[in-house]
Amino acid sequence: MKTLRIGAGAGYSGDRIEPAVELAEKGELDYLIFECLAERTIAIGQQARRADPQKGYDPLLAERMQAVLKLCADKGVKIITNMGAANPLAAAKKTREIALALGLPDLKIAAITGDDVLDVLLNGDYRIEDNGLPVKSLGDKLISANTYLGAQPIVDALKAGADVVITGRIADPALVLGPLIHEFDWAADDWKTLGQGTLVGHLLECAGQVTGGYFADPGKKDVKDLARLGFPIAEVAADGSAVITKVAGSGGQVTAATCKEQLLYEIHDPGSYFTPDVVADFSQVIITEIAPDCVAISGGNGRARPATLKTTLGYVDSYVGEGQISYAGPGAQARGQLALDIVRERFAITGVQIDEVRYDLIGVNAIHGAQLSSAANEPYEVRARVTGRTANLREAVRIGNEVETLYTCGPAGGGGATKSAREVIAVLSMLLPRELVAPTIHFEEN
Amino acid sequence: MLLRDIAHSRAGDKGDISNISVIAYDLKDYALLEKHLTPERVKAHFAGVVQGDVVRYALPHLGALNFVMRHALGGGVTRSLALDAHGKSLSGAMLGMEISDWS
Repeated sequence: MKTLRIGAGAGYSGDRIEPAVELAEKGELDYLIFECLAERTIAIGQQARRADPQKGYDPLLAERMQAVLKLCADKGVKIITNMGAANPLAAAKKTREIALALGLPDLKIAAITGDDVLDVLLNGDYRIEDNGLPVKSLGDKLISANTYLGAQPIVDALKAGADVVITGRIADPALVLGPLIHEFDWAADDWKTLGQGTLVGHLLECAGQVTGGYFADPGKKDVKDLARLGFPIAEVAADGSAVITKVAGSGGQVTAATCKEQLLYEIHDPGSYFTPDVVADFSQVIITEIAPDCVAISGGNGRARPATLKTTLGYVDSYVGEGQISYAGPGAQARGQLALDIVRERFAITGVQIDEVRYDLIGVNAIHGAQLSSAANEPYEVRARVTGRTANLREAVRIGNEVETLYTCGPAGGGGATKSAREVIAVLSMLLPRELVAPTIHFEEN
Repeated sequence: MLLRDIAHSRAGDKGDISNISVIAYDLKDYALLEKHLTPERVKAHFAGVVQGDVVRYALPHLGALNFVMRHALGGGVTRSLALDAHGKSLSGAMLGMEISDWS
């Protein structure tokens, strides 16, 4: 029986590249996917695109394509990625340039657009799901609006002969579900099989997180050769059942435990995982170790897809200023606490306009707050951290300045002060009727 | 004895919602998790961190529980002022739960 081998070459935008090269070289793959879009990545890309119409795609796109394009072309491995971010057309153009430079003029490169629905929202009467307010209330703070597309445009691009498919916002599992639907000719209403395919996509989409990354806890969960962590391969059968594995000899491990952790990663109700293609049901998934680094996955199910598509709005929310400074040796914690108290008082004296502020002692209580941290002994070193939200960049800068001046005007022995101030791009979401979204496929040609 | 001695955990985020899985190393210990690791117990453990509801989903055949905690990430990952805005390290706080009185 025919099986399909799909490798995951990235789990986020900044991910390592050498495991993707290893997959392309030794993975005996049919497809290599790269999942690179976090919630606000597109909004940041949209800002880059406004500054330069040829930008707005993933910052590592060129480096990744340079590393794998020839290997994949030589072996007939097709590439599917959402590295198009806010500008899939420019990403395809750049990829085409790289292909030509590598001597691959016949490579067919497709870009998928249609996820950008900013104009649709601005010309209609839509409301934000999180707070019930009209989308238009965001005014000129609204940067981007992108709908999560499903697998169909990827299927269509592959049917049209694409070797490389570059998308913007698309449901992460669709990067895997697309080639499965294409190769196995699954029906658009075969919910059980689509649910199982979505399960495979979900396990692959964070790449190293299913092969032993984000897992090691020395003494409890030791992972072999983590520095050379290999990325996953799913060997998928026509019914969607799969074996999760990795390149022999690479670092990390694929076990029932690594698969269970990833199965529930960023999942709420395991019985209802909403995607554009299916409402997947992972509640009866069966996970079986069948050989070293080979785990069989089956039992995924699904129900009819939702009528609406999740849409993410990126907007300029506020500004944040931050400063940090360290204290060490006897009395470090008391000096760190004094430093925080001084900054709090100086904000009042100098009249810094702050909407929301946090005072943390890193090494004492910064991560989980006072209650969970209370049992610990006094640390050798602490780092005082002050972070505040402001309405503009000028006020945000003043926060870090008040921490930095602790050098000469604060407790004894403060060192290593750092400060920063930045614009905060945040996201909100809404549901859009699917008939308003029309994906389009473009081929990048001479 | 800590929860860490019988289970492992991973935390993820979506907006202002954190989900934390708790998975028994040995399926035999799942009954202990199911009996003692109630949503109420988890909400109390994370008092000061989690402002909203805690809902528990069970996958007995995998020896796993999944906790979905609302208003847990300081208003949401993209605008939170927290050092760990994603709450990824909350799995460590979960595993630090004292369980010597469980039976």
